[in-house]
Amino acid sequence: MDLLNALVAILNFVVIPASAYGAQLALGALGVTLIYGILRFSNFAHGDTMAFGTGITILLTWGLQALGISLGPLPSALLALPLAIALTAVLVLVTDRLVYRHYRRVKAAPIVVVMASVGVMFVMNGLTRLLIGVDEIQFADGARFVVSVPQFKAMTGLDEGLALRTTQAITLVLTAAAVWALFAFLNRTRSGKAMRAYADNEDLALLSGIDPERVVRLTWIIATALAVTAGVLYGLDKSFKAFNYFQILLPIFAAAIVGGLGNPLGAVAGGFVIAFSEVALTYPWKKIAEYLGFEPASLLQLLSTEYKFAVSFVILIVVLLVKPTGLFRGKSY
Amino acid sequence: MKKLLLATAAAALTAGAAAAEDIKIGISMGFTGPLESMSPNMAKGAELAMKEASESGKLLGGSTVTSVQADNTCADAAAAVAAVERLVRSEKVNGIVGGMCSGETIASLEKVAVPNGMVMISPSATSPALTDIDDKGFFFRTSPSDARQGEVMTDVILDRGLKSVAVTYTNNDYGKGLAEAFKSSFEAKGGTVTSITSHDDGKADYSAEVGALAAAGGEALVVAGYVDQGGSGIVRGALDAGAFDTFVFPDGMVSESLVTRFGSELETSFGQNPSSEGPGRDAFVALATANGFDGTTAFAAESYDSAALILLAMQAAQSADPKVYKDKVLDVANAPGEKIGAGELAKALDLLAAGTDIDYDGATSVELVGPGESAGVFREVDFKGGKMNVVGMR
Repeated sequence: MDLLNALVAILNFVVIPASAYGAQLALGALGVTLIYGILRFSNFAHGDTMAFGTGITILLTWGLQALGISLGPLPSALLALPLAIALTAVLVLVTDRLVYRHYRRVKAAPIVVVMASVGVMFVMNGLTRLLIGVDEIQFADGARFVVSVPQFKAMTGLDEGLALRTTQAITLVLTAAAVWALFAFLNRTRSGKAMRAYADNEDLALLSGIDPERVVRLTWIIATALAVTAGVLYGLDKSFKAFNYFQILLPIFAAAIVGGLGNPLGAVAGGFVIAFSEVALTYPWKKIAEYLGFEPASLLQLLSTEYKFAVSFVILIVVLLVKPTGLFRGKSY
Repeated sequence: MKKLLLATAAAALTAGAAAAEDIKIGISMGFTGPLESMSPNMAKGAELAMKEASESGKLLGGSTVTSVQADNTCADAAAAVAAVERLVRSEKVNGIVGGMCSGETIASLEKVAVPNGMVMISPSATSPALTDIDDKGFFFRTSPSDARQGEVMTDVILDRGLKSVAVTYTNNDYGKGLAEAFKSSFEAKGGTVTSITSHDDGKADYSAEVGALAAAGGEALVVAGYVDQGGSGIVRGALDAGAFDTFVFPDGMVSESLVTRFGSELETSFGQNPSSEGPGRDAFVALATANGFDGTTAFAAESYDSAALILLAMQAAQSADPKVYKDKVLDVANAPGEKIGAGELAKALDLLAAGTDIDYDGATSVELVGPGESAGVFREVDFKGGKMNVVGMR
């Protein structure tokens, strides 16, 4: 019984929240890594693309709610997601036409394009705030929990409770689906193979008749789809606040770099590594130890929670020192 | 000829304005940032006092008062220093209502106000550090120090029969000051603090903090944070994970937006914030309603009193120079003298002009103790039935 309690406590306070957060980071990191792999620059505007797409989703969700359309227990934002992705993709493609295409034509150094993306980031930042404001917005509707703590306690009779929010479950399912779809696309379809060829060797790809502009467009559309999905899932799970999407850029880049920039599998792994290290290393194991029959005098906390960001950055530095291309061999331009 | 006439007219106009001075009062508050939902009504409270004094026509021989707002962001000390710098140097204000948050107030006080000889009266900076600061007599506050709030919170918690709590605080001067004041007071009275940890505002995820607090345990969680920021993130996480059911909210959290956010989930939670009751407060709330805003929101009444104290001190000193009228602030705020409530500024100005001493009580029963801070009346609130109920005064 005590063993079960210990297990449930770990699930509730470490595994479930870290998995959901990790999945959100993974989706974000996938977008960053795709852009890096194919377009060859670190896109700093990624966080604000997430924010902009989420803003559109919220507006559409409000529209759906006004019309009385809902998905039952699921949040109606999921219904608005495809259209929001399409609208955000249009904006991103326009940005590419106006800003990035020029730098591709003059074959600018990657750092120049990175700086251009910082400019795009600030513009997107402002656009999002004009669109939806700076306030915190809760837009999750439908059922809040799959299992809530009192329900779980009543069901099992355990002392420890377990909560699984609907948004956490959706995050995990949607992330798995998105990752599967992306890998199937990259490995099985002609366009996916064209993208990989372009990433591996641009000149050779051109010689074999691949249309570079088409590859670029596809990359932007896919990266945008991933970004908006990540943004909406994060917003559903926590809440939407434009500023927080700017902050989340840091862990997303950490995840992409730890996994190996340009490597999609690495991005997914990196997301979970960062999330689990933040939560697990700062978790005090006192309660678990008590359930297992020990009587610890202290909290058994490796690091206090103030250091959780230090944890991700220590991992980042160690990876860069020991294996600069990341856990899963990425690229460096 | 025409030009000469115009010039004479212009000269006459300026001369007229100089006789009845135009007094500028700065309002330095966090119009954006972690307390942006509280700021608008606080500014309106301060402006209400200025309007009242202005319209009475009795301030310093009929001077008018205009307000100049500056956004100090509450969180960014550098931005606050720049905002107050602007008020002092380019707007040339005669006094400042503000700052709003403790860290930012300390920075702008030390870097701008004291060196330039500017009076600042803060309605809401509550850090104990401000009690001992070397302010050369230029700083006052109409809110009590958090050392006092720590004692009140201790009593509130112990009276409800809770003996052990975990504490999380926002990682700045306000959060740290309050959390430490509370911890020493709570432990002195026999309570146990299982864990005292900080959280950073505006972060992506609070599961690590919630997990750590849950593992430390306790009958309730004290959230010394901001309602528009990490404070609510922690509460959301703790509720969802079933880590705590009962929360204790100090002044940075007690607001209507807390109720909108969590509604019926705070059934057993409670809290306290500085506020008073009585005829002065009722008069202020009525006055606020007549002027189109809600005077019951946090620190709105304190803001009114801050602005009123500046104006009354000017009248008592017969000067709008902060270096002169700073010595009169304690005189007008405290006994002896005729009691003055909210909405009676015209009467107070008359009395002061006649040389009669006043004892300004205002909207919050102002009584400045020590180096010029409010003695502090707190109201205790709970959240039964999904709304905020005032259950007592302390």
